[in-house]
Amino acid sequence: MPLIFGKSGEEFEVTTIQGGKGFLKKLMEMGIYSGIRVRIILNPGNGPIIIALSDTRIALGKGMAAKIIVRKLS
Amino acid sequence: MTNALITKGKTINVALAGNPNAGKSTIFNALTGGRAHVGNWPGVTVEKKEGRFKYKEYEFLVTDLPGTYSLTAYSIDERIARDYVTKEKLDVVVSVTDSTNLERNLYLLVSFLELGVNSVLDLNMADILEQRKVRVNTKKMEELLGTPVVMTSATKKAGLNELKEMIIRSKDRKIQPLRIDYGKEIEEAIKKVKESLSSINSPYPVRFLSIKLLEGDIEIIKEVRGLGYERSVEVAMHEGSRLEIGFGYDLETEIIERRYGFIESIIRQCVRRVPTIEEKLTVSDKIDGIVTNKWLGIPIFAFLLWTTFQLTFTVGGIFADFIDTFFGWLAESSAIWFASIGVPGWLSSLVGDGIISGVGAVFVFLPTILILFAFLSFLEDVGYMSRAAFVMDKAMHAIGLPGKSFIPMILGFGCNVPAIMSARTISSEKDRLLTILINPFISCSARLPVYVMFTGIFFKSNQGVVLFTLYMLGIAVAVLSAKLFKSTIPKLKGPVSPLVMELPPYRIPTLKGVSIHTWERGREFLKKAGTIIFAGVILIWLLATFPMSSEYASETTLIGLIGKFFAPLFRPAGFPFWQAAVALLFGIIAKEIVVGTFGTLFGGEGALSASLLKYFTPLSAYSFMVMSLLYIPCIAAIGVIYRETNSWKWTTFITAYSLVIGWVMATVVYQVGSLLI
Repeated sequence: MPLIFGKSGEEFEVTTIQGGKGFLKKLMEMGIYSGIRVRIILNPGNGPIIIALSDTRIALGKGMAAKIIVRKLS
Repeated sequence: MTNALITKGKTINVALAGNPNAGKSTIFNALTGGRAHVGNWPGVTVEKKEGRFKYKEYEFLVTDLPGTYSLTAYSIDERIARDYVTKEKLDVVVSVTDSTNLERNLYLLVSFLELGVNSVLDLNMADILEQRKVRVNTKKMEELLGTPVVMTSATKKAGLNELKEMIIRSKDRKIQPLRIDYGKEIEEAIKKVKESLSSINSPYPVRFLSIKLLEGDIEIIKEVRGLGYERSVEVAMHEGSRLEIGFGYDLETEIIERRYGFIESIIRQCVRRVPTIEEKLTVSDKIDGIVTNKWLGIPIFAFLLWTTFQLTFTVGGIFADFIDTFFGWLAESSAIWFASIGVPGWLSSLVGDGIISGVGAVFVFLPTILILFAFLSFLEDVGYMSRAAFVMDKAMHAIGLPGKSFIPMILGFGCNVPAIMSARTISSEKDRLLTILINPFISCSARLPVYVMFTGIFFKSNQGVVLFTLYMLGIAVAVLSAKLFKSTIPKLKGPVSPLVMELPPYRIPTLKGVSIHTWERGREFLKKAGTIIFAGVILIWLLATFPMSSEYASETTLIGLIGKFFAPLFRPAGFPFWQAAVALLFGIIAKEIVVGTFGTLFGGEGALSASLLKYFTPLSAYSFMVMSLLYIPCIAAIGVIYRETNSWKWTTFITAYSLVIGWVMATVVYQVGSLLI
């Protein structure tokens, strides 16, 4: 499912990232790539979200979060 | 000559590189004893900063680079960092990494190592690792990476001598570029590209070039083409599509993932993590839950801004009164003293009417400005600024800008010059241009004296409210102009670049940090008051004195003639007298001069309020403030717009636009106001 549909506090594993090459590369170089675990810190709905990448917090626009496909971890 | 040679051998050229927020500036300050501003939002260092220090018999020349994630440059600040590391003759590059997020931080180091850069890995924030009982086997890491590793904690000033020692020891190291195994298929492709590049004359290792070509790195493709190896680019493209068809690889992502795979294996071998219980939300996250809340976010932001202005006013006013009294006394006593020692009248007038009245009128606002800066520094150092960008992202999208361009807007409240420069962190060129173009409408602190002077006389009981409306008007004009430009200027059209931004953890700012930051900005103001405003005031005095036959600062002096020429222009806006036209004209040098000019033309602080009351009504005072708010901030701002856009066309455009919009708005305020009152 796209990351944007996740709820605050849920944890995910990134499976694929869709989108143009530049976008993909930038995200990967920021540490978001398939296999990595991310947690949604805040998803207010209808706007950007905040995710956690171990200790780092990254704000992601809605459009970007919609292109990151994840698998929910229990 | 020989001397120079000896010192040359003893000078070590070091650059600090790393991800944003990894603590480069903190390390830089700890090493150099410097006072580089350590901010708490990504992109504080938009230009490289240099410092020196001596350790043992060596002179270290240290450069603090803007934060970057990789060797791919997406924005100007990243390009500065990348070019510096790849093109300068550096002895050692210290790769400053945030130990709490090793995977991503090591990615940059690995890129350096593949390039064959002589690096020292600095695992910063080691104290946090210790707290969490995470063990790092640095010996093993050195072996696997083939590069020295040091642990530091810059905030606690630990490990710095070890770092210096390590830099000295590794400065003459023979470097072999790191070789990551990309797997059989990719390695074959690398080999083919490598063969096609044989005997290329490039400073980069051939393997590095081959990998970058396969990754489709635009800059490297250009470089290789420039050297006449067009065919290699084709070979790389061919190999890329071959792998994509044959194995379903997306080569770019595959290469990045292999690199991460290499990093992960190193971390597995060198880092022992004591398993922790389910990660809890940190304090930072809890604060974020409130300040970035869907409903509360924007009200909290507005409240913080409003409080800032209210307090700036109340507290600043107390100090301003003291300074005011002091300059009044100074002007009076200087006149008496000059008369007693028989100094000619014109000199006494230059000092009294010109310098003391003019510069004094500006100096009165120093406390107010320092307090405003202190508040902005505080919000920045706490880490709130990037949250403001987050909160505003949606709203900014509506006007055709990314949330990130809100940071330059907020910084504009301090001074438009650094604010315009900070737009460098915006990766999309059209978003950056638009951000620069609307920045002058954000009311900088140089305009504050104008408001303080007028509201102090005409709006005594509700200064804060009037001030707030002016700031809001500035924002509104910026926003509407953005919308207008975006929809009419072809070069600025197109979708807004999406938000990806790191949010630094909240920190309790140190008194020292905030004071240094405030002082740095306040010093700029003082410097300006001492130089450009001083010169402006003397110029005004001269123009107000000649021809000598006329009375000082009267209509028949040069300045009066200039003012009278422009004055009719401002009739619709409600201030058609020459003093106002002169003040606005000289305000282009620096906005504070508007106040200084009134000070000089109306004979100092004391007489000022009586004279202004004679010429202005509250309504025309307000329309005058609107004009002062909106027309081009100052020469320095024009200069920086030119430098950052590298285009006279845009610079002229925005200067003219701001003059027109200022006049139109002032006129609208005055005309509509006249109907209502």
